[in-house]
Amino acid sequence: MITLDKLTKVFETANGPVTAADHVSMEVPEGEICILLGPSGCGKTTALKMINRLIPKTSGKIFINGRDTDEQNVTELRRGIGYVIQQIGLFPNMTIVDNICVVPDMLGWDRAKSRKRAMELLEMVNLDPAVFANRFPKELSGGQQQRVGVVRALAADPPVMLMDEPFGAIDPINREVIQDEFLKLQKEFRKTIMFVSHDIDEAVKMGDKVAIFRAGKLEQFDSPDNVLAHPANPFIADFVGSDRTLKRLRLVTVGQAMFDAPAVTEDDTLDRAAGVMRDLDHDFVVVTDRHGRPDGYVRQAVAEAKHGTIAEHHARLPVTVEAGQDLRTAVSQMFTHDVTWLAVTDSQGRYQGVVTQQGITHLLGKTYGAAATAGTAAAAE
Amino acid sequence: METVGFIADNLDLIAALTVEHVSIVGVAVGLAILTGVPIGIAITQNRKVADAVLYTAGVLITIPSIALFGVLIPILSTIGHGIGYLPAVIAVLLYSQLPIIRNTYTAINNVDPALREAARGMGMRPLERLRRVEIPLAVPVIMAGVRTAVVINIGVTAIAAYIGAGGLGTLISRGISQTDPRQLVAGALAVSLLAIVADYALLWAQKRLTPSGVRA
Repeated sequence: MITLDKLTKVFETANGPVTAADHVSMEVPEGEICILLGPSGCGKTTALKMINRLIPKTSGKIFINGRDTDEQNVTELRRGIGYVIQQIGLFPNMTIVDNICVVPDMLGWDRAKSRKRAMELLEMVNLDPAVFANRFPKELSGGQQQRVGVVRALAADPPVMLMDEPFGAIDPINREVIQDEFLKLQKEFRKTIMFVSHDIDEAVKMGDKVAIFRAGKLEQFDSPDNVLAHPANPFIADFVGSDRTLKRLRLVTVGQAMFDAPAVTEDDTLDRAAGVMRDLDHDFVVVTDRHGRPDGYVRQAVAEAKHGTIAEHHARLPVTVEAGQDLRTAVSQMFTHDVTWLAVTDSQGRYQGVVTQQGITHLLGKTYGAAATAGTAAAAE
Repeated sequence: METVGFIADNLDLIAALTVEHVSIVGVAVGLAILTGVPIGIAITQNRKVADAVLYTAGVLITIPSIALFGVLIPILSTIGHGIGYLPAVIAVLLYSQLPIIRNTYTAINNVDPALREAARGMGMRPLERLRRVEIPLAVPVIMAGVRTAVVINIGVTAIAAYIGAGGLGTLISRGISQTDPRQLVAGALAVSLLAIVADYALLWAQKRLTPSGVRA
């Protein structure tokens, strides 16, 4: 857990004092990623660097897992915090494995133990240790180097990590891949992480919490969905963008927006299909095969007008989605295939239910409706 | 042809003078490394001090060597070494300061700030940072300074023959006073050859000392 308590930094400059952090108080629970977000010069990096005391604070307190960092020796404090920077900063005179083991070596770990861990960590970020361990940083691409940068911060297994725009200098395609790899690592290691970013999409993807700064002040500290759905003020609304509701699509899985809808099989009659649709008040029903996989669908107009078995009258499904995918993918598929609903499967391809455009609209709109009602209620009082 | 004959007849003498020459330059530059490198590192901490130190070292190197020997004679006479080996070593030591201090200072200052930040953020103490990161990365540039110092001072040492320090300058000074072009040319050739050989030897050492991760 990282706790900031009225953290303040005032820089004395030639043009007078500049407040880079103004009584910032927040708490990042253990195992969560908190994104410090804001335009450049808003104080997010200053706040980060005060935690490992690269920048001395003017006033306020910082606690890591309940311990006041002022009471710790600065060297020990830093060795206990993983640190990743945008410029990566691998030492060019050391091999990859020696770079990774810098902190374990300073802590006096057994060499064999730290080297073994370095190899495991390399493997976890898809860098074959047999190929990369004894190379030098200049022999790696930018993306590979930043993977090593992240792994180096994890080497001594610190409970807390500070990441200063770690993926900012990496091309967009590679960035997505590294972000996904990092989230996988985080699932396993459950570090408490402060992560500076200026990219709202990255914040929404990576963060359990988002802290938005402006001119040294913490403007909003909330879950990504709440920041997008209920920006605390016009500055934040503007910063997260007018398409913020679309960004929320990323935060919701298909499973959350899906509802149950009984399916029929090929051997059922059209009459039965028509009955199911009447019960659900739908104008379609999904047809599954012997293995429970969605295979096609029947339209209401067809079921009402014709007779016989479904096998003769069903249409093919252009595409299905998995329940674990995000709504952005689902909506994208709907647009691609010009449909208003999709059949949802589990990871084995078995039918689970359907997700509709109306259902998605309703789910995303619910939170606004609630806020609007609450607002009206407050106004009425 | 006479010169060739002279050289062939006096190989032993030339070899002995070369050893004297190398011992003056080697000892003095060795001491200069021991003083110049720490000074170069220390002054990276303060810009004003750095400017003052580099200016002083710059002034030192502009003093003509004959003048410097002249200044050293009365000073060192107080300990009975007004002429000979000691003033030669001291002169070379002083002339070596500028290239060594300046290159060390520049090299340490030019270490990528991101590396310094990463090192600090990971909890390296200043001396650990110097030893594990900054000095290894600065070695090629420091060694280039050492090479410059050695080449300059092989020339300076030739003049030190006039204060009885020995070395290859002895042949040159004798050649002049005895109007003997054979000795003069042999001495000059030997000094040039020594400078070239030393430069290549140090270039090789520089490459060997450069960490493989930063070799071009």
